[in-house]
Amino acid sequence: MVIPPAEHEREEARPQKASPLLRLALPVLLLVIWEIAAILLDNEFILPRIGSVLSILLHPAADILGSGSLISNGLISLERVLIGFFIATLIAIPLGIGMGRNDMVHTLFDPVIQMFRPIPPLAWVPLSLAWFKIGLSSMVFIIALGGFFPILLNTIDGVRSVRKTWIEAATTLGASEKGILMRVVLPGAAPTIWTGLRVGFGICWMCVVAAEMMPGTNSGIGYLIMTSYNWGQVQVIIAGMIVIGIIGLGVDSLFKFVEKRRFSWRELDR
Amino acid sequence: MSLTLKEITKRFTRRGVELTVLEDISLEVEDEEFLCILGPSGCGKTTLLRIIAGLEVATSGTVRVNEKEVSGPTPELAMIFQEYSLFPWRTVIENILFGLECRGLPQAEQMDQAKKYLDLVGLTEFAGSYPYELSGGMRQRVAVARAIAVNPSVLLMDEPFGALDAQTRNMLQKELLEIWQKTRKTILFVTHSVDEAVFLADRIVVLSRNPGRIRQIIDVTADRPRDRTCNECALIRREVLSLIEEEH
Ligand SMILES: Nc1ncnc2c1ncn2[C@@H]1O[C@H](COP(=O)(O)OP(=O)(O)OP(=O)(O)O)[C@@H](O)[C@H]1O
Ligand SMILES: [Mg+2]
Repeated sequence: MVIPPAEHEREEARPQKASPLLRLALPVLLLVIWEIAAILLDNEFILPRIGSVLSILLHPAADILGSGSLISNGLISLERVLIGFFIATLIAIPLGIGMGRNDMVHTLFDPVIQMFRPIPPLAWVPLSLAWFKIGLSSMVFIIALGGFFPILLNTIDGVRSVRKTWIEAATTLGASEKGILMRVVLPGAAPTIWTGLRVGFGICWMCVVAAEMMPGTNSGIGYLIMTSYNWGQVQVIIAGMIVIGIIGLGVDSLFKFVEKRRFSWRELDR
Repeated sequence: MSLTLKEITKRFTRRGVELTVLEDISLEVEDEEFLCILGPSGCGKTTLLRIIAGLEVATSGTVRVNEKEVSGPTPELAMIFQEYSLFPWRTVIENILFGLECRGLPQAEQMDQAKKYLDLVGLTEFAGSYPYELSGGMRQRVAVARAIAVNPSVLLMDEPFGALDAQTRNMLQKELLEIWQKTRKTILFVTHSVDEAVFLADRIVVLSRNPGRIRQIIDVTADRPRDRTCNECALIRREVLSLIEEEH
């Protein structure tokens, strides 16, 4: 068969599909650099060998320095995050729906929200210690604050993106106010709200680690890292950081998985 | 069923300037009638339909359905929008179920009804498809099925085929007539296509612009199914066109 030249050129111009191996190239390179640097430095208090970090990661249920294992501390952190995230969601979604649907509610709350939004959650640490003392409630407070704004802003956005025609169609089909809320506004805004939840969870997860580094804490993955620092156990610090990354990535993938299954209509809708 | 419009006037205020969009529209729509509302762009056709549907409030005048004044959307009047009214997160059958769910019928009955109307528009195979998987014509069929499923006595249609190509458009017009004959609904059909109005209507209400007034009401008595090129159709087309041209 003779391929006409034009066809042939087009074939070549087509962008090449990247091989999945390419994704691994940089991580492998980083590991190699790490190992070489560790050997050259030869100081485990600055940069331990990969092997010593790995041996900790491979025994995630083993007790570390009398402070519990990677798994037990990871679960404690996860539990704290879930409480804070849950509280943030519980307040942010209804408020966001109210603000997105009703201009008066929006005007009422917006100035306060704009004022508090730029303050990083960690700037609240001293105040939260003063109010709640050291313990679960002060951590949950910081975590909830961190998750609150992305969830709220995305909910407002999502509700506002609900097409007027959908709402009008629903009214003419006999939907009540409640029916419109439950059957049109919520499902219509759901993809955007879900994005808010995903981003919000990520921030909550960052906040928990930081909150657990506050003095007086005695559990959680952030605490474990801080203790290891005090004991000069750099390989535990790194192992702890890797666990934080893995859990964060895992939850994020879970969010994305649901997004793909349930909310793909938003991308595909024309 | 009776639908009566009495002295409907609608004004909008835009940047302090008052604009009379509709003026003194009075109309008696007959039971089971196919009425087309025809007029140039911007003459207030959509506004009129929205007022009848209860989605917009008239500045003065009343709309009565079965002697009852319309003050908001009622299940007696179903609206079919030009485009983009299907719920994209619901499948075809779930879209049709929407109105039935709102009425709280028993689940099994809801499903029976929805399937019946899905069948009426010939989309049984597509029950589980999402709107984005359908062509424009198919989506408008679903919109028709969804509206009829709640059993309104009047269908209000705002240029429902306006975004479709000519062939699809002709096909849907034919199908709509069949559905109309089967279900005996009263239909108010807004269009700016003279051909479409002549093919579909029992009566054509021609609106003028600035302000939108009833210019004339024309009876179309040709038998259905109509031949788009028949003599009477041609005569009426000419009459309507001359009415519209006089405006300019
Ligand atoms: N909410 C509104 N506020 C101000 N003016 C409006 C509003 N809605 C409609 N109008 C004006 O009313 C006039 C009629 O609009 P309408 O949409 O009813 O026209 P139409 O006959 O449906 O036109 P088309 O054939 O292009 O759809 C237009 O001049 C429009 O600008
Ligand atoms: Mg219009």
